[in-house]
Amino acid sequence: MKKKIQGRAFVLGNNIDTDQIIPAEHLVYSLSDPEESKNYGKFALSGVPVEDSGLPKGNIPFVKDGQYQSEFKIIIGGSNFGCGSSREHAPACMEIAGVQAVVAESYARIFYRNSIDGGFFIPLEAKQKLTDEIQTGDELTIDLENYTLTNETQNKTYSLNSLGDVIEIIEAGNIFEYAKKAGLSPS
Amino acid sequence: MGMTITEKILAQHAGKTSVSPGDNVWVDVDVLMTHDVCGPGTIGIFKKQFGQNAKVWDREKVVIIPDHYIFTADPHANRNIDIIREFAKEQNLPYYYDVGTENYKGVCHVALAEEGHNRPGEVLFGTDSHTCTSGAFGMFSTGIGNTDAAFILGTGKLWVKIPETMRFEWTGTFAPYIMAKDILLHVIGDIGCDGATYRTMEWAGDAVYQFSMEERMTLCNMAIEAGGKNAVIEADNTTFEYLKGRTDKKGTVHHSDADAKYCFNKTYKADELEPVVAQPHSPDNRALARECKNVKLDRSYIGSCTGGKITDFIAAAEILNGEKVKIDTYIVPATVDVEKALQTETIDGKSLAQIFEDAGARIGEPSCAACLGGPKDTFGRTHGTEVVISTTNRNFPGRMGSKQSAVYLASPYTAAASALTGYVTDPREFIPARV
Repeated sequence: MKKKIQGRAFVLGNNIDTDQIIPAEHLVYSLSDPEESKNYGKFALSGVPVEDSGLPKGNIPFVKDGQYQSEFKIIIGGSNFGCGSSREHAPACMEIAGVQAVVAESYARIFYRNSIDGGFFIPLEAKQKLTDEIQTGDELTIDLENYTLTNETQNKTYSLNSLGDVIEIIEAGNIFEYAKKAGLSPS
Repeated sequence: MGMTITEKILAQHAGKTSVSPGDNVWVDVDVLMTHDVCGPGTIGIFKKQFGQNAKVWDREKVVIIPDHYIFTADPHANRNIDIIREFAKEQNLPYYYDVGTENYKGVCHVALAEEGHNRPGEVLFGTDSHTCTSGAFGMFSTGIGNTDAAFILGTGKLWVKIPETMRFEWTGTFAPYIMAKDILLHVIGDIGCDGATYRTMEWAGDAVYQFSMEERMTLCNMAIEAGGKNAVIEADNTTFEYLKGRTDKKGTVHHSDADAKYCFNKTYKADELEPVVAQPHSPDNRALARECKNVKLDRSYIGSCTGGKITDFIAAAEILNGEKVKIDTYIVPATVDVEKALQTETIDGKSLAQIFEDAGARIGEPSCAACLGGPKDTFGRTHGTEVVISTTNRNFPGRMGSKQSAVYLASPYTAAASALTGYVTDPREFIPARV
């Protein structure tokens, strides 16, 4: 597991559900074919209403037209991030677009679990509301040893909740590797 | 310390005598369900992790029900059906309900019940968030992603954090114009769409036990819209009557102990509830139907695992019988069995299908259809700024297709009454004469 994650912020509001993360019409592409799965990067977060896309100003596409990767590596979310369906295409599309971490006030259960068990990116919880503090485009550094988030653009540091017992799965890489280490070896 | 139904089921499947909320345990899985949207991804991970020639842990415990993108020309969607069909053949799976055959069913959560895969006391995981629906049978059921499903396919096990339980007791009797959907929307309005995150929603009380299995399924179906991990209703005679002829397995009935610990315990009076809607764009944006009477609508949609069962259509038909709809009205039976019942169930000597056609509604084929938007050619999908009243489960932006459309969630009674006026309408305006 990386000790530091650096990148520009993309800020979203509360209740970002899986249909906003990846609209259902796009759930048809293969996730195992590397070429076809690039489409998930192209449409990542394309269901977010334009006025809410990239707060505080909005109207910022997460992935630019015709591209498959985003310039933003860290998502800042509000409460109940990833609510809605169980589609693993949601954390997968964010990883394919280049997301390395999400920092939200809270998560929906299945999205959080999928992010960790599938090893897509690290879902972190902020100790305070960050969606009013951080602006889309700010340069951020996440320190995973000390559980802090530093906004380099605004020169402010915030503390994050520890990952708790799921850190073992994150360090192993995914649920398959974790199960091997825990002695429940998939044959 | 006593245990809740959910704690007892998970303890038993973890080989433990007791568990407490917050414990992480590995449980043995009784049923794994997947469908056409998440099946191909699950199969891909299963083969990558366990090998191209790997066999599933128990072919009798895997259920594959294509239901999401069935009646579409989308080539990728059709390719995905081919992938699950090929996998079912390769693994010799007895419970694959193939498209275009007599085995086709439709919406997985309703089909699981109809085909006897829901059994009291068992543990069922599914690659769909509304898998919580099966909790109506006194079992543990919840939605998971492709990775967890692939892990189960190979091992028959999954890790679970034991959830805390919230208890919702309803006493008295619901008015005849109230449906399970109203109760759900009322409770989600109370606790918010993350009010049950990581928790169990346990439904109890004499008013709940008066419900049919289909209404109980609706009650459990939208636990996920409150963030819930699962929902559960203790199995009783109604449960066992429904199971007759559907399964030979008996299941195990669990009761919550009198001294079980709940993190939330609230008693509601059934008689006081009025018809409820969730306004755009969140299932917890609650209002009474009568408070929204000035909201002009473009469309009424009656269907899905939440609101497309036969009891839902009987309710809609009671209102639409002999009337004409004023807005586009879509009827989508959840399954083939429901579709057949539209022909055989009658009111005043007319089949439900006849009542809907006479009223000017359009009837689609059994599937998830426009509940989640789907491919562009999906029946009932929104493409513009439509304002829709729908018996489905979610109304976040873009859920039914277009980001510019707005969705009001409501019961089948309310959706049907609104179809007749073109405005959000309290069904009591039509019901006294008919129910």
